[in-house]
Amino acid sequence: MFADYSWSELGSIFAMQGFAGLVLFSVFVLMALGLAIIFGQMGVINMAHGEFMILGAYVTYMCSNFFQSAAPALMPISFFVAMVLAFFASGALGMLVEMGLIRFLYKRPLDTLLATWGLSLILQQAYRTIFGAREVGVTLPEWMMGSLPLTDIIEIPINGLIVMAITLAITVAVAVVMFRSRFGAKVRAVVQNRQMAGAVGIDTEKVDRLTFGLGCGIAGVAGSAFTMIGSTGPSSGQLYIVDTFLVVVFGGATSLIGTVASAFTISQAQSTLEFFLSGSMAKVLTLLTVVGILMLRPQGLFVLKVRR
Amino acid sequence: MTNNDFLLSVEGLTVSFDGFKAVDDLSFYVDPEEIHVIIGPNGAGKTTALDLICGKTRATAGSIRFRSRELTEMKEHQIVHAGVGRKFQNPSIYEDLTVFENLEISYPKGRSVFGALAFKRDAKVRERVAEIAEMIFLADHLSERAEYLSHGQKQWLEIGMLLIQDPELLMLDEPVAGMSVSERVKTAELLHRIIQGRSVIVIEHDMKFVEDIAHKVTVLHQGRVLSEGTMAHVKSDPRVVEVYLGH
Amino acid sequence: MTPPFHAARKTELFGFLVLAAFVLLVLPGVVDPFRLNLVGKYLTYAFVAVGLVLCWGSAGILSLGQGIFFGLGGYCMAMFLKLEASTPEATKIQSTPGIPDFMDWNQLTALPAFWEPFHSLAFTIVAIVAVPAALAFVIGFAMFTRRVGGVYFAIITQAIAAILTILIIGQQGYTGGVNGITDLRTLLGWDIRTDSAKTILYFVNAFLLLGVIALSIAVRSSKLGRILVALRDKEDRVRFSGYDVAAFKIFVFCFAAAISGIGGAMFTLQVGFMSPSFVGIVPSIEMVIFCAVGGRNSLIGAVYGTLLVNWGKTTFSESFPELWLFAMGGLFIAVVMAFPNGLAGIYKSYVQPLFARIVVRPAHRRRPVGGGKTTPAIAE
Repeated sequence: MFADYSWSELGSIFAMQGFAGLVLFSVFVLMALGLAIIFGQMGVINMAHGEFMILGAYVTYMCSNFFQSAAPALMPISFFVAMVLAFFASGALGMLVEMGLIRFLYKRPLDTLLATWGLSLILQQAYRTIFGAREVGVTLPEWMMGSLPLTDIIEIPINGLIVMAITLAITVAVAVVMFRSRFGAKVRAVVQNRQMAGAVGIDTEKVDRLTFGLGCGIAGVAGSAFTMIGSTGPSSGQLYIVDTFLVVVFGGATSLIGTVASAFTISQAQSTLEFFLSGSMAKVLTLLTVVGILMLRPQGLFVLKVRR
Repeated sequence: MTNNDFLLSVEGLTVSFDGFKAVDDLSFYVDPEEIHVIIGPNGAGKTTALDLICGKTRATAGSIRFRSRELTEMKEHQIVHAGVGRKFQNPSIYEDLTVFENLEISYPKGRSVFGALAFKRDAKVRERVAEIAEMIFLADHLSERAEYLSHGQKQWLEIGMLLIQDPELLMLDEPVAGMSVSERVKTAELLHRIIQGRSVIVIEHDMKFVEDIAHKVTVLHQGRVLSEGTMAHVKSDPRVVEVYLGH
Repeated sequence: MTPPFHAARKTELFGFLVLAAFVLLVLPGVVDPFRLNLVGKYLTYAFVAVGLVLCWGSAGILSLGQGIFFGLGGYCMAMFLKLEASTPEATKIQSTPGIPDFMDWNQLTALPAFWEPFHSLAFTIVAIVAVPAALAFVIGFAMFTRRVGGVYFAIITQAIAAILTILIIGQQGYTGGVNGITDLRTLLGWDIRTDSAKTILYFVNAFLLLGVIALSIAVRSSKLGRILVALRDKEDRVRFSGYDVAAFKIFVFCFAAAISGIGGAMFTLQVGFMSPSFVGIVPSIEMVIFCAVGGRNSLIGAVYGTLLVNWGKTTFSESFPELWLFAMGGLFIAVVMAFPNGLAGIYKSYVQPLFARIVVRPAHRRRPVGGGKTTPAIAE
């Protein structure tokens, strides 16, 4: 399959596909981070994660429409305002869901899976009723469009760069919150021994709620970033949920570095293969490899050996 | 250098979890019909040692030979078939099944998939279950769901589930922990009866109980053998007094 | 036989007879032929739901990929029927006559090798059961011997369902792509599209379903059934009682896959086509809800659950299409939060005591729970 291309062309192809892969990687990381917190730290499977993401995307859409009509002068920063709003909207919904649903099911992980699937159906239909079935696109501020020419063949789109920058910032923030802050210590304490954590004065219910809210909020930010590279429809979230779960499981659920590394591997493999095979076959091959590896090494790539 | 006179010989057994050696170069031997008690402070590696013998945890190094078969290379169910029975620390029984069914599942027949499909509940099975139930004071509870039993009764049921398999080596992890005084007395009596004619490894903190039954005592500390011998010998060992018996 | 077992057996037998009467007499009696075909279609999903009762209800293994096996069974049947429909005479306008139409549209000029054996009905019938079971064996062997269970297993099976769907859609020339394998006409020359054929197929399907349920009841009441319940509860205890736990899980997963395959094949026969929309993530998880609504522990309940949810789906989507997803979503949540034992649970805790009060004479009344000595449960 390489025969038709010259070396320099091949190099450029790999560079461009690699960059496209980096953007996909960023979105995967953003989506997987929220899931890694909720699944990895709390052990809860949230099948509605994609819908929390889409909520962020719709918030961004509404926000950019609002700025366009009401305050065009502020348009250049609209995206960042939207992102903050998306975080709080998805986070607040997440906390509500935790209160009304998830907290009754901590001991029944399989049932949580079914209940959150039901939630995802309801949210999808709600989006369809409110925003219509058609996909919507967000109008980006001028300065975010266009691309930087690197060589005469290779061009780097600016929005891709921004998505990557946001991803980097949020990953660092999450790492700090989960592993360097008091809150993170509490979360891990509750995960490891709920009773003991309660006994030493940690409000375990509040920690659960905030953790779940944080995970969902990050999903909202992911959705916001997602609008820069794709359009948003009521069921867009569902398209990514399996990939995202595979990313998290492949990385070894409890490890943030693992999540990032596995997001990188999967996205790079997929986008590079996509150039040479049809999109569907690239995806089939990537997912099959991941599932195959998971069958050989079910605990994921990055996991500690512990006594169970 | 394995001595085949021993029923079980554990040699150089080591397991590490991420560098932490829970059991470190552990060796001990169990004679046929010997009651061998393992004591030691929390975290000494007692339960891990049993986990290693029954295959629940895999050893990093060392060997476990049972009647000259190497257990470290066998799967859990094969180790059971070889004649090693294990009772867990917390009563581990099937709450959704009746006492009868709990015992029946442990009955050593129909252990393969198709064997289980073809398994018939014949007179022999019923007699054996009734016999064991009598022994573990549960003859009147056979059709009760196991979840309605008291904590002590659950412990007895699990002991019964082991007995019905008639293992050559029985491993009991704190068999009298969490029991009421009267249950404790009854359990001690039960254990005295069932440990006859087989080898037993017991983990227990109740020193009175240990003194009553032990032929040989091994004291573990930080994954290593601190002292070994008769109860009297161990009790007089100053190192044991310091780390374990002293407080 | 002693009371507790006797009673449970009797209830199950009674439930089975009522179901048989309902499916074989009541439904064909009151439903018109078009709707009966629809009911027949729903009943093919019940095969999957029954499999899930064994897998998920009994053994605690939740598979979110049962559509895979339903689909594989259905595709096997569809391949046979498609080959029969693609005679050189019937396809003489194609550039390559004698191969299925969609292959011709995709510029294939010869029948792919894996299609060849599907000229034989005997092979096809074996494949309907064997192909799903074989795939289930591979998945089960890989996962269960490595002790993967719970949510991990659920996610992996879901991923496999996604992969298979993408694969089928992507490989149009070999599979018919997103439209699936359509325009199926005859089975060994017998036209399956007529009303009388559809009625006959309904009864064939109903008898097969009842047979599968009877077989499943036998499996569940064998020692193997009790071992499955035991390992759902305390897997380690089963393992240290001398059982190869993985083998039992593989068996029940393969069994569920095989009967799902039969359901898929009957679907193809009754509906006249098979497409990837019955394979993927969404149909697979919907099949779980059929089972959950019926009661995850009740083989009989699974059938009623399947009928109820599908009847609801058809009614809703005819009159209020936008409400259906709300209802379905609400159903998922309700069945988990409020009715974890589904219809069977409701029947057991509300309807049965009512019956008991009306029908049973005082002498037969059960002793209060925990009161007095209970007789040893040594049945047969």
